[in-house]
Amino acid sequence: MKSDLAQRLVRGAMVVLLAVLAGLAVIPVASAQEGDPAEAEVAIFGALDDAEHGLVEGVELEALLGEEVVGTATSDENGEFRIVVPGPGTYRVRLDPTTLPEGVSLRDPERTELEAVRVLEGRDKRVVFALGERARPRPDDVARPPSGNRVVNRLWTGLVVGIVIALSSIGLSLVFGTTRLVNFAHGEMVTLGALLGWFFSSGTVGPGWSLFIAGAIAVALSGLFGAVQDRLLWRPLLDRRTDLISLMIVSIGLAMLLRYTFTVFFGSNVRPFREYAAQAPWVWGPLVLRPKQLVVLAIGVVVIALYALVLQKTRLGTAIRATSDNRDLAESSGINVTRVVLIVWVAGSALAALGGLSFATLYGVEWDIGFRLLLPIFAAVVLGGLGTAYGPLVGGLAIGLVSELSTLWVPAEFKFAWALFGLIILLLIRPQGLLGRPERVG
Amino acid sequence: MDLVQVLTDGLRAAVGVPAIAYALAVIGLNVHFGYTGLFNIGQIGFLAAGAYGAGISASLWGWPLPLAILAGVVAAVLLGLLLGLPALRLRAEYLAIVTISASEIIRITVRSTSVEGVTGGPQGIGRWASSFYDINPIPSGKYGIGRIAFNHRELWVMLVGWALVALAVLVTWLLVRSPWGRVLRSIRDDEDAARSLGKNVYAFKVQSLVYGGVLGALAGLLLAINANYTTPGEYQTVFTFYMYVALILGGIGKLFGPVLGSMLFWFTLQATDVLLRQLIQPGSWAATYIEQRDIGQLRLALVGLALMLLVIFRPQGVLGGRSPGKAQ
Amino acid sequence: MTEPTGRRPGSLAGVEGRPGVPKPDPLVVADGITRTFGGLKAVDVEHLEIQRGVITALIGPNGAGKTTFFNLLTGFDRPQAGTWSFDGHDLTGLRAHQIARLGMVRTFQLTKVLAEMSVLDNMLLASRDNPGERFFGALVPGRWRQHEREREERARDLLRKVGLDAKAQDLAGTLSGGQRKLLEMARALMVEPSLVMLDEPMAGVNPALTQSLLGHITALRDEGRSVLFVEHDMEVVHEISDWVVVMAEGRVIAEGPPAQVTADPVVIDAYLGTAHHRDPEIPR
Repeated sequence: MKSDLAQRLVRGAMVVLLAVLAGLAVIPVASAQEGDPAEAEVAIFGALDDAEHGLVEGVELEALLGEEVVGTATSDENGEFRIVVPGPGTYRVRLDPTTLPEGVSLRDPERTELEAVRVLEGRDKRVVFALGERARPRPDDVARPPSGNRVVNRLWTGLVVGIVIALSSIGLSLVFGTTRLVNFAHGEMVTLGALLGWFFSSGTVGPGWSLFIAGAIAVALSGLFGAVQDRLLWRPLLDRRTDLISLMIVSIGLAMLLRYTFTVFFGSNVRPFREYAAQAPWVWGPLVLRPKQLVVLAIGVVVIALYALVLQKTRLGTAIRATSDNRDLAESSGINVTRVVLIVWVAGSALAALGGLSFATLYGVEWDIGFRLLLPIFAAVVLGGLGTAYGPLVGGLAIGLVSELSTLWVPAEFKFAWALFGLIILLLIRPQGLLGRPERVG
Repeated sequence: MDLVQVLTDGLRAAVGVPAIAYALAVIGLNVHFGYTGLFNIGQIGFLAAGAYGAGISASLWGWPLPLAILAGVVAAVLLGLLLGLPALRLRAEYLAIVTISASEIIRITVRSTSVEGVTGGPQGIGRWASSFYDINPIPSGKYGIGRIAFNHRELWVMLVGWALVALAVLVTWLLVRSPWGRVLRSIRDDEDAARSLGKNVYAFKVQSLVYGGVLGALAGLLLAINANYTTPGEYQTVFTFYMYVALILGGIGKLFGPVLGSMLFWFTLQATDVLLRQLIQPGSWAATYIEQRDIGQLRLALVGLALMLLVIFRPQGVLGGRSPGKAQ
Repeated sequence: MTEPTGRRPGSLAGVEGRPGVPKPDPLVVADGITRTFGGLKAVDVEHLEIQRGVITALIGPNGAGKTTFFNLLTGFDRPQAGTWSFDGHDLTGLRAHQIARLGMVRTFQLTKVLAEMSVLDNMLLASRDNPGERFFGALVPGRWRQHEREREERARDLLRKVGLDAKAQDLAGTLSGGQRKLLEMARALMVEPSLVMLDEPMAGVNPALTQSLLGHITALRDEGRSVLFVEHDMEVVHEISDWVVVMAEGRVIAEGPPAQVTADPVVIDAYLGTAHHRDPEIPR
C-alpha cells in the first residue's frame, strides 16, 4: 500500500540522514587532528577582498615582533592569508603594497601597517586590511543623489537577492497555510542547505565534489530532514492538539538547538564555496555582474517556474493550493491532507536549502545565514500574504529589491532593518499582505 | 570533578544580578503572556530601551542618574505604545513577528557605526552610572558564605535589585487581583466574550504591554548599571527566549513563577557551564570533541533543547502554571 | 408565562406582516446591509426594523446568513455597506465593545464562558463602569472595593434566578452545556442591556432545561427588555416569539406573527426548496 511504502522510505531516509549527520560529527574532528601540529601554534589571519576585483591573490604580508620579522604569508586564491606566529604577544602586521595586483589599492594608502595586534593564547587573531574605494558613504556622499550606475547595479543585486529570498520563503508560507504553524526554525533549513553544500564540495573536509552535485545532495537531504521534522515532531504534536503558541515556542527552541549545533561544527568563519570563491566580474554597460549571480538567478527562475507549473497544472498543485487556502474544506473534498502536508514540508525544506545554497554562492557560507535571513523571509511572506502559494514570490522580490535599493541612501548595515520596518508599517495598513485574504488576520 | 564548585557557582548565579534582572523582565513577560495572552517575543527590546534611554540621557545630555533612569522608563513606555498601538489589533503570530522584528531593528540601530555618536555603536556607552556606586552605604569588603561571596559593589546592586523585584511582585499582585487584572485574564481566556460585555480589549492590551515593558526597562537598567556600561551585545534577540525558558520553567501565570524560574534558569546555566569546562580539561575524552570556545554555543543549543522539552513535556513548569496557549 | 401562539402583542397590533415593514416603536433600524465573502453575498438586507419591548425571532434555513447578520449588527463583523441604528444611536463603524456599552448585548452560539475563571468572576466581569478596571485605579483597592461588593450582591441575585448560585465559586469550565447557556444569559443581564441578542439559545440544550430557559427569556420581555434571538427549533419559535423575521440566502423574505409566517408558502419553499427533487418517473 502506498502509505506502507512511504513509511518505509521515510524510515530508510532517516537512517541515511542520521548516518550522514554522524559522519559530519566525526569528520571535522578527524581532519582537525590530522593536519594539526602542536596546539601552541597561533596565527594572524584575514582575507583580502576588493569590491570591484573580488578576492585578491598573491599579496605578501609579514608579522613583526619589535623589528624582527617572525612570520610571513601570501594571500591565496581565496584572498585568505595566515601568518603563523611563535606564540601569544603583541605584533605588528605589515602589508607589502608593491605586491598588490593592478588596480587594487589600500583604502588608506598610508596605512600599510597595523600596530599593536594582540594575539592571545590559543586564539588566532583576525586582522583587516581595507581595500578599494570607500564603501561607506561620507556625510556629503549621502546627500548626493544616486547615480544611474549605482541604481542599475542595485536593481540587479536586488533582483538576484529577491529570487533567493523568494525560494527560501515558499516553505514557510505553505507550512503556515496548511498547518497554521509559524516555523521559526525555517531559517535553519536555509543554513542546512548551505552547510551541506559546503561539506560535500569541500576538498579538505568532504569528498570535494562539484558544487552542482553537492548542491543536489544538499537539497535532497534537506528535503528529507523536512520530512523527518513533519513525521517525528510536528505531526505528533499536532495530533496531540497542541496549541499554536506552544508550537511556535517549540520551533524557536528547535531553531536555537540547530543553529548553535551548526556553529559548533562549522565554526564562526565565513567560507566561500570552493568553486565560486573568486570570480572576475563581467562589465556590461553600467552593469557590473558576476557569473555566479547569473547562475543563481537562472536556477532560481527555472525552479520557480517549475513550482508555478506544478501548482497550476498538476493535481498535486491544486491540492496544495486548496489545502493552503482552507484546510477543512480541502479535507472534506477528499484531499489527503496529511500527505499534502508531508509534501509541503519536503518541498519547502528543499527549496529553503536551495535558497541557502544560492545565498552562500553569492556571499559565502556562514553558520547563521538562515537566521539572518529569517526576518526578511518573514517580511517577504507577510508582504505576499501568509499562507498563500504565490505570495512568497511577490514578497521575496519586493524585499530583495527594497533592501538592496535602500543601500543607495543608508548604510548597508541597515539593509534588512528597512525591510523589517516596512513590514511593521505593512501590518498596519494591510495585514493580509498583497495576496492574502483579510479574514485570516485579526 | 569539583561538584562543590558547580553548586556554589550555580547558587551564586541564582541570586546574582543577571538572575534578578531576568526576574524583573520575566515578571513583565508574565503579565504579557501569562495573564493577558500576548505573545511578545521582543521583550529584550524593552530592556534595550531602558538601558539606552538612560545611557544616552546620562552620557550625551549629562542628566543626573535619577532623571536618566526616568528617561529609560519613558523610552520603554514610548516603545510599548509604538509597538502596541498598531500590532495589538492583530493575531498572535503577527504580534510575534512584529515584536521580534522590532527588537532586531533596535539592536541593529544601536549597534550601527553610523549612529555611534549617540549610541556608542558596537562599543556602547560606558561609565554613565558611576553615581549609583557613590551612594553605596555598604562598607568595603567581601560578604557571603564560603565561595558564595560578593563584594560591596555587587551586593549593593543586588540589594537594590531584589528590592525592585519585591516591589514588582507586590504591584503585579495588586493589579492581577483587581478588576483590571480580571479583564486581562478574560482577554486571555476569550477576547470576544470580553468585548461582548463592553470591555475595550485593545486598550487593556496596550496597558498590559506598556506595564510589562516598563518592568523590562527596569531589568535593562539594572544590567547596565551593574556593568556601568550599556553594550548592544547584552540585548540580543535570542535572550528573549532565555526569558521564555525561565517563564515556563517557573510556571506561566503564577505570581512567583518568574522569580523562581529565573533563579533556576541561571543556576542551571552557570552550573552546566562550569560542568562542561571541567569536563573538557586537557586529556579527557570530551576535549577531543568540544573546544573551550564552543561552550558558549553549546549552552545556547542546550537552552533551545530545554525550551522544546519544557513545552512538550512539562509546560506547567515547577509551580503548575498555565499551558502556553489555549487548547485547540 | 408564555403567550398563546399567534397572538400579536399589543404594540404590534395592526402591523402588516411583510418584509421590511416599519414598526411603531423601533429599537433597531437597519438599512442596506450587505456582506460579501469572496464573491458570495452572505447578507443583503434592504430594510429591517426590530420593535422595542417584544421578543423577535430570526429564523431561516442553514446558510441563510442569520448569524452573519447577527455579527454585523453587534459589531463583530464589518459590512461592505449599510447603516443601522440602535435606540437612535448610529452604529455604523462602532466596535463591538462600544455597541455592547450602548445596551445591545449578545450571547454566542458556542458559549463563551470564561472557562478558567469562576462563575462569580464571569458575572463580576460584566459589571459596568467599574473604577477598578482603570489601570491606576486598580492600584488603590479602596477605590473599588465598595463597588465590587455591590456588584457581587447583584451578581449572586441573578445567579440565584437562574439557579447557579451554588456554583458561584466553581470554575466556569466545569459547568455543563445547559448551565453555560444560563451563565451567559445571566452574565449578559449584568450589563443591564436594553436589547438581549441570543444566538441559538437552545442549541445543544437538553429538553429538560429548555422550558426553564424559555421561561427566563419571556421574563426578560416582561421586565421591559427587548429580545432578538436566532433559532432553528420552530416549536420554540412558536411558543415564545411575538414577531418572526425569516431570512433566506441573505435576504429577509418574510416577517410577521409566528402563525402567519409558518403558514407562508414563501417561507415553506425556502426551507424545503433546496431539498426539492423532481423525479420524472413520479407524476406530480
